[in-house]
Amino acid sequence: MEFDELYQTIVLDHSKRPRNFGELPPPAVKAEGYNPSCGDEITVFVRRTVDDVIEDIHFTGQACAICMASTSLMTGQVKGKTSVAALELQRFFIDFLTKEITPPATLGNLRALGGVKKFPQRLRCATLGWHALESALTQK
Amino acid sequence: MVVDSLAQKYRADFAVLDQRVHGVPLIYLDNAASTQHPNCVIDEISRYYHEDHANVHRGIHKLSSRATQLYEEARSRIARYIGAPSADSIVFTRGTTEGINLVATAWGNEHIQRDDVILITEMEHHANLIPWQMLARRNGAFLEYLAVTGDEGEIDWSQLETRLRTRPVKILAFTHISNSLGCINPVAEICRVARAAGVTTLVDAAQSTGHAPINVQELGCDFLVFSGHKCCGPTGIGVLYGVPSLLEEMSPYQFGGEMISRVTYESAEWKSGPHRFEAGTPHIAGVIGLATALDYLERIGRTAIQENDHYLGRLAYDRLSSLPGIRLLGPRGERAGLVSFQLNTIHAHDLVTYADQHGIALRGGHHCNQPLMRKLGLQATARASFYFYNTEDEIDRLTEVLQSAVQYFGT
Repeated sequence: MEFDELYQTIVLDHSKRPRNFGELPPPAVKAEGYNPSCGDEITVFVRRTVDDVIEDIHFTGQACAICMASTSLMTGQVKGKTSVAALELQRFFIDFLTKEITPPATLGNLRALGGVKKFPQRLRCATLGWHALESALTQK
Repeated sequence: MVVDSLAQKYRADFAVLDQRVHGVPLIYLDNAASTQHPNCVIDEISRYYHEDHANVHRGIHKLSSRATQLYEEARSRIARYIGAPSADSIVFTRGTTEGINLVATAWGNEHIQRDDVILITEMEHHANLIPWQMLARRNGAFLEYLAVTGDEGEIDWSQLETRLRTRPVKILAFTHISNSLGCINPVAEICRVARAAGVTTLVDAAQSTGHAPINVQELGCDFLVFSGHKCCGPTGIGVLYGVPSLLEEMSPYQFGGEMISRVTYESAEWKSGPHRFEAGTPHIAGVIGLATALDYLERIGRTAIQENDHYLGRLAYDRLSSLPGIRLLGPRGERAGLVSFQLNTIHAHDLVTYADQHGIALRGGHHCNQPLMRKLGLQATARASFYFYNTEDEIDRLTEVLQSAVQYFGT
């Protein structure tokens, strides 16, 4: 059933027990994502090394299961990557949810969010944390 | 039971309700967002386009005269439906939102001065909040709020008289029925107090026009606005009622054809009456469809619809309150036919997606009430809203599905 594809076990697990949840103190940079259709807010905290590698990433916020899981899985996937690689992963992820493509292996467990493809009205839920990450990585 | 008797009698008029979604029968509980259309409304719009369409008020030819007659007759029927003194007090708009913007601009720009107070309530839809916010900013006025208390979301209207006496309030704009709380404000009493204090009133009747008897003269309001698509009519059409003397002294809102009497290269003069506010070719089929919808509601009986609404709202409130971990918004006592709630820790969007898989159409979100949701400590709620075609069985099914959602998402 399409519905169970959307709420896979791993999605429900990450939504109930989000990983890397909480704030990071400065000098970590933070950025917010806001979904105007439901009022959900996600704040992402990123600490990078001088070589622009994401050394640590956390997030806070209250959001739906899809958004919480997507952001939680995102933090696991981008930790240890450079900003450039993290933004590239974001593009792969959004393409995966919006285009008919075979998911690249680099997506790892983010593929669990593939059910969103059949629920286009939930796309913004799945990408909210990612947009916050993008703002954090690109802010001056 | 009055309830199922209305559904038994009239549900078959709504072809759209007879379908399956995700393989199960549709249960449409999103009526506060938009109601469905009976066949007679769809047929009349179709008939108009097949037989009578032309532009109104300008053609000499037969079709134009027929279209104009239908359009103006519809204005009279709609005026009668809301107890307006004359058809001249009915202005057609795109909907409630445009009606409020029209008043906030055409009336507001002239009447609201620096340091005046615009008074609204904390439960207003964004449509009855932002136009006033912008007017206050433009004219240097204050926007003040009557507070909502607790989850029950009621307003202590007894404070109104003092408020109007101690602050320089020029207009009081408030909703008849709250789209998120389901409470019913005592419009006639409020307008009586306001009128005695010389304060102009605007009633947002978006949630009530299709659900309760409305008589603008008995209510004693100065302006009243509603949308067609929340009372079985088409989208893109709405009504602004205004006391004729108030409309007469207001400047136009938009400019163009249809609203002028004499134009030169240097200047223009406006038509009198409602036409002054209807620049451009109007939504003729929408007006005809709306009048047909209101005639249909009148045949069913607005008091019967209202009783039905209150019964379903009460029933849903009682059934849902038995669910573990539910937080219901709005009054425990008399309420309109809608229930907003937060179930356990389940996010409204997850819950609405879950309900949809079981054929139930709910609304999830902030219901265009962001400040109110924030005040109540909520981000989003789910909402079930009813109409006379809904049944007790549908409320039972809603309760079962919500119960199973609690198990699905766990805690």
